[in-house]
Amino acid sequence: MLDFRLYLAQRISAMILAPLVLLHLGVMIYAVQGGLSAEEILGRTRDSLWWGSVYGLFVLAVAVHAAIGLRVIVAEWFGPGKRSLDLLMWLVMLGLLTLGGRAVYAVTLA
Amino acid sequence: MREEIGKIQVQVRRGGPDDGRLVDYEVPLLASQTVLDVVTWIQRNLEPALSYRFACRVGMCGSCAMTVNGRPRWTCRSHVTDVMKDGRIRIEPLRNLPVIKDLACDLSGFFDKWQRAEGAFVPTQTRKDSLAPIAPQEPARQAASAGIECINCAVCYAACDAVEQNPEYLGPAALNRAWTLVNDARDGGNRARLQAVTGPGGCQSCHSQQGCTSHCPNALNPTRSIAGLKQAAARAWLRGEL
Repeated sequence: MLDFRLYLAQRISAMILAPLVLLHLGVMIYAVQGGLSAEEILGRTRDSLWWGSVYGLFVLAVAVHAAIGLRVIVAEWFGPGKRSLDLLMWLVMLGLLTLGGRAVYAVTLA
Repeated sequence: MREEIGKIQVQVRRGGPDDGRLVDYEVPLLASQTVLDVVTWIQRNLEPALSYRFACRVGMCGSCAMTVNGRPRWTCRSHVTDVMKDGRIRIEPLRNLPVIKDLACDLSGFFDKWQRAEGAFVPTQTRKDSLAPIAPQEPARQAASAGIECINCAVCYAACDAVEQNPEYLGPAALNRAWTLVNDARDGGNRARLQAVTGPGGCQSCHSQQGCTSHCPNALNPTRSIAGLKQAAARAWLRGEL
């Protein structure tokens, strides 16, 4: 159901996510001071290697973490076979990478 | 003969693996009476065919564990007055183990998992060598000593929701045993052991819910042992040993 490498990947992605989530929340609180506008956000993120890297890593860690976590939950609640679990995990990972990747691309490079 | 001070309404799970049902009995309430005393009274006075398991009656052997009012515990060390609710007690076999008959479970799968977790000591010396010097205050020895008092009663295994959801999971007792050996300086089987406890149903299946720790009658902390195994296994993986 959950092999040890997947377990490690989930733990490592959690370790990456913990500071990034705090950073994300901190920036959100800072950014809404004095109103929120698209120009202000894009002014900060567009062509920024730093924000592109931060949110790129964020998306990667989320995709790994959520896909493996969902795999465990589905395995325990519904008990499908290993092949179905693998398929579900890769689909969720790919889906999150695509959606997140598009969003990061839109605010940094587009 | 102790004086009867009241009555207890007892429900006991009777029957084989597939035809379990709760049967009602009325049992005299006595001072300092244990749940095992109640089961024995029913067997001697009302139901000679009642099957259950016990041996030492003093919390040494770990064979009398049952589910009492929904919680796994040693019946010999559970006073009726502590566990009774509104004058009633429900006694069932341990969870997560196949029932043989009435209150007796088949523990072979539980012990097989000890073997699967490489729970046997692997000696590194012969009788010709001198004794290994191990200081009691060494951190590894302290970690081993913290888990070594397990008597295989299977209370933790019955309390574990991860075992219930995933029958392949080795469970808290086998993994706690593996952790004591990982910390035993005299043992030489750790590479195979860490591979065994990270295989299918290994330590990574633990959700750290701590059902084992909150129910262990010996006040051990299998959750902490499993967390130790996860760390040791992660280090072994970094060294390329898994």
